[in-house]
Amino acid sequence: MRLQRRSSLPGFGITMGFTLAYLGLIVLAPICLLVLKSTSLTWEQFWQTVTAPRALASYRLSLGASFAGAAINVVFGFLVAWVLVRYEFPGKRIVDALVDIPFALPTAVAGIALTTAYAPTGWIGRALDPLGIHVAFTPLGVTVALAFIGLPFVVRTVQPVLSDLEPEFEEAAASLGAGRRQTFLRVILPTVFPALVTGFALAFARAIGEYGSVVFISGNMPMKTEITPLVIVTKLEQYDYAGAAAIAVVMLVVSFALLVCIQALHSWTRRRQGAA
Amino acid sequence: MSATATIVAESPRRLAVGEPALVRRLLIGIALGFLALFVFVPVAVVFAYALEKGFEAYVQALVDADALAAVKLTVITALIAVPLNTLFGLAASWAIAKFDFFGKQLLITLIDLPLTVSPVISGLVFILAFGARGLFGPWLQAHDVKIVFALPGIVLATVFVTFPFVARELIPLMQSQGKDEEEAARSLGASGWQIFRRVTLPKIRWGLLYGMILLNARAMGEFGAVSVVSGHIRGLTNTIPLHVEILYNEYQFAAAFAVASLLVLLAFVTIGVKHLVERRYRSRSPDHGPAPGGAKS
Repeated sequence: MRLQRRSSLPGFGITMGFTLAYLGLIVLAPICLLVLKSTSLTWEQFWQTVTAPRALASYRLSLGASFAGAAINVVFGFLVAWVLVRYEFPGKRIVDALVDIPFALPTAVAGIALTTAYAPTGWIGRALDPLGIHVAFTPLGVTVALAFIGLPFVVRTVQPVLSDLEPEFEEAAASLGAGRRQTFLRVILPTVFPALVTGFALAFARAIGEYGSVVFISGNMPMKTEITPLVIVTKLEQYDYAGAAAIAVVMLVVSFALLVCIQALHSWTRRRQGAA
Repeated sequence: MSATATIVAESPRRLAVGEPALVRRLLIGIALGFLALFVFVPVAVVFAYALEKGFEAYVQALVDADALAAVKLTVITALIAVPLNTLFGLAASWAIAKFDFFGKQLLITLIDLPLTVSPVISGLVFILAFGARGLFGPWLQAHDVKIVFALPGIVLATVFVTFPFVARELIPLMQSQGKDEEEAARSLGASGWQIFRRVTLPKIRWGLLYGMILLNARAMGEFGAVSVVSGHIRGLTNTIPLHVEILYNEYQFAAAFAVASLLVLLAFVTIGVKHLVERRYRSRSPDHGPAPGGAKS
């Protein structure tokens, strides 16, 4: 079987060979080893490990806070993208650049900065604490950290779609008698919708595995504010390699499913844009 | 159709395509308020606390022996991870963008895999392989080779985490550029290396630079994966982010934020280069811009 169709360019053999060898060695072999390690448990042990109360509580927190964080970003990320594309205001370019901070800033720095800002004595926490809103060392803190991490994913996915949105469509809608609200709901939102869903999925996928920005602000109380990656670290520190691998396999399955979803979403978005 | 015409004729009011000034200001205010709470204030906190005890203490925290050791280890790690993954990115994007083959989409998905894996798992896999109770642990101990809790482990975890950064910038860029020019060069008798250096490289150099800058930023800032394999040996296996963590956990907040401010500056440089590269591509040909925001990763 010919792997490659005819091409006049050279270098397929060597670049493909290197790509596959490097991918296999650095990524695939270690991940296979992880899956293999989890099979050193019997099915019953595996099931017990991944459904232990502490693990279940961590899934609930990780999934719930990731979902909430991504949802916050869908609303406010859309608003930020809208404001950056449609309006002019002083310092707009700097604001636009700073949207990438959560992406470019090392997670540990984000973690200690958010914790310090939202602690009861911190700049923001000081204002929230008297209102009875406690952020640091609660599930709310985990959500704040995950919302921080996910912001650029939504903004940068929605921004180009909003820029491409021709004002003619809105003018046409308006000339047909649609109010601004109707135009927004019937014309703008449907166009941006695939990008919003994609942005949500990207932010959610990133949040599920996030570690550095969360461990400082969460307080890490088992059953309460312990995220799933931390459960893995704890098991590892107790030399429970197989247990850590078992939980990791569960996370891996979720991550891989999300990756497949995101790629499907990307091609959906591309088709939608192509059709428009 | 005639109904449409009637409506237009009957509603001479201004076409509602913009928002009133008040709504506009309100929306800008809410957006900036949100960004302040989630982005601006945390960044400001880093510098405020770093300089809390004065500039002298700030510098002191940076030239501390353990801090310098952390900086050195971080730079060494990046110096290994960046060239390796850049080479991979170039090879993978050449094979994927210039040739058609079976399973291409699967290959692209697999290259992206490290981005969706939790950093903790990225470290865990190397503990399972090379840890004391890992697959090769006994053999490594017998031969007195240290991988985990030493430089090789930190480098491996970093290479894993930053694996796709250059590839995912270059693959879409090279795919959008096609291969006509390369084929023309080939028909004129250029060798593969000549084609790459004289034809392809000039077309992709800004995307390549951007990918490398992102790769470097992540390599220097990675926390979760490195934290799992490092063993946190002070002055020996601590990278800058791990040193920040230790200082913070010891309640040396000013020192922790001083060292952290280095990483914030690195983030600023990364963002600056990103915008520079984007402007380059936009001014040359609007179609060839890099995917908006490497933030997609």
